[in-house]
Amino acid sequence: MSDQDVLNVINAVYVVAAIMFIYGMAQLRRPATARTGNRVAAMGMLIAIVATIFDREIVSYHFILPAILVGALIGAWMARTVPMTGMPQMVAIFNASGGIASALVATAALIRFNDAGTDVEVDTAIAIALGIAIGTVTLTGSLVAAGKLQGTINQNPVLLPARNVLSLAMGVIVVGLGVALVAVSEQTWLVIPLLAAGMLLGILLSIPIGGADMPVLVALFNSYSGLAAAATGFAVDNNLLIVAGALVGASGLILTTIMCRAMNRSLANVMFAGFGQSGAVVAEEGERSYRSVNAEDVATMLAYARSAVFVTGYGLAVAQAQHELRKLGDLMATRGATVRYGIHPVAGRMPGHMNVLLAEADVPYDQLYDLEETNRELGQTEIVLVVGANDVVNPQARTNPDSPIYGMPILNVDEADSCIVMKRSMASGFSGIDNDLFYMDKTAMLFGDARNSLRSLVTEVEEIIKNE
Amino acid sequence: MTEALITSLTIFVLATFVGYYVITKIPPTLHTPLMSGTNAISGIIILGALVVAGASDDTLSEIIAIVAVVLGAVNVFGGFLVTERMLRMFRRGDEDPKQR
Repeated sequence: MSDQDVLNVINAVYVVAAIMFIYGMAQLRRPATARTGNRVAAMGMLIAIVATIFDREIVSYHFILPAILVGALIGAWMARTVPMTGMPQMVAIFNASGGIASALVATAALIRFNDAGTDVEVDTAIAIALGIAIGTVTLTGSLVAAGKLQGTINQNPVLLPARNVLSLAMGVIVVGLGVALVAVSEQTWLVIPLLAAGMLLGILLSIPIGGADMPVLVALFNSYSGLAAAATGFAVDNNLLIVAGALVGASGLILTTIMCRAMNRSLANVMFAGFGQSGAVVAEEGERSYRSVNAEDVATMLAYARSAVFVTGYGLAVAQAQHELRKLGDLMATRGATVRYGIHPVAGRMPGHMNVLLAEADVPYDQLYDLEETNRELGQTEIVLVVGANDVVNPQARTNPDSPIYGMPILNVDEADSCIVMKRSMASGFSGIDNDLFYMDKTAMLFGDARNSLRSLVTEVEEIIKNE
Repeated sequence: MTEALITSLTIFVLATFVGYYVITKIPPTLHTPLMSGTNAISGIIILGALVVAGASDDTLSEIIAIVAVVLGAVNVFGGFLVTERMLRMFRRGDEDPKQR
């Protein structure tokens, strides 16, 4: 085969791979087909890699095959060992590694062009500069996000004085260096300050963002890691990089939008407002009265309820209480009750995180209801059990225009007949906002560690069943 | 603008649209597997890295590209495997959890 024939075959394989990526992602629209989808996409990747290895430009295999093996082993080890609570950090680290890989390929491509003395076209130079800039911002931004999620970096927003001016200035510097690189692309060394400035910008953008806003940041950098790959695709003239990068970019952007909407905040507000540090405590005059109950009372209610919605937040996972909750739900279901799990989009530490944590505890996915689905059911629900969630069930979001969370879509648990809130104490949640739900007549508070409380609820309900 | 650039831009815009319509149909339950799956797909950068790394015409660019091959492979293998691991946990109410 001539070189041109080989190239044609490779490009044909790339088209097939692109179709497999799109088909694979489309299969994620239902849990029943999702695994097939993932495997189809993986096969697409495999054929694309194998085809590329036959590229005539590749003359030496001494290093690339071991490099693939090393990466594969590291990736497989990470995939096997990560706990499901650690998924957000893992995705953040993959965002970082995808981002910097793109920046490195763009850099290496420029070095090659200049060494060969090829005149770098303006559009190629722009693509290289974009790939480096987006890739480096993604690297450090994602690493900061991962550190905050893991708790190795202070989760509170780090607010430098004039931080937005600083970020803006750094943004201007990155753009300036990018323009310089395009203007004099034969000056290869210009990539060094661009790499450094991009990394600094990533840090500046991510440190002011608080722990509770991490889902937005992780989704945003997910998008960037795709865009960096697409930009590099323009630079090295590889259409599959462009297609795959665009798909990832679109996906991350959609998830970012969903997360922002679920908090009723704009992306600009999340990125630049320094939310979560002001301690926006809405001071209440005087003590408000609430009703406290014990596990025995709650067990009686649950044992005879015909319908229940469990509203779960990240606190459930922190207490490692998913299995106990599922046991309770199973017990109620055997008594003929309809049990559903209501999940707010921002319930976990990343989009869909709570669903994975519940799936891991063997909760069937047809019992997992999203925001709209849950709200449709709550009016006809006898009892709601709130575990580890706070702001997402606060009726203030509907009723109090002065509240910081006003306008945020919430789970309207106050529409159910009665509501049990499991909590350690009356202390307010992450946002520091008092929750009106706790003081309603239909609400009862069950204090204590979620796991212990759920364990005693299971025992009590079992007791009731035995004595019938 | 060259003809090649127009073609590439067309591909980029069309892929973005396709991505938009495909991904808006994915339910919130699968958003975490979607993100780890897209991590794997962004590992596509390994293709660019392989070509530069294998060309062996310049030591510096070769070293940089080899690092990128490793990172890309981490994303590809880690992303697809962890997605598979997560999706295995999802089951319907009438499925036996032991059957997986």
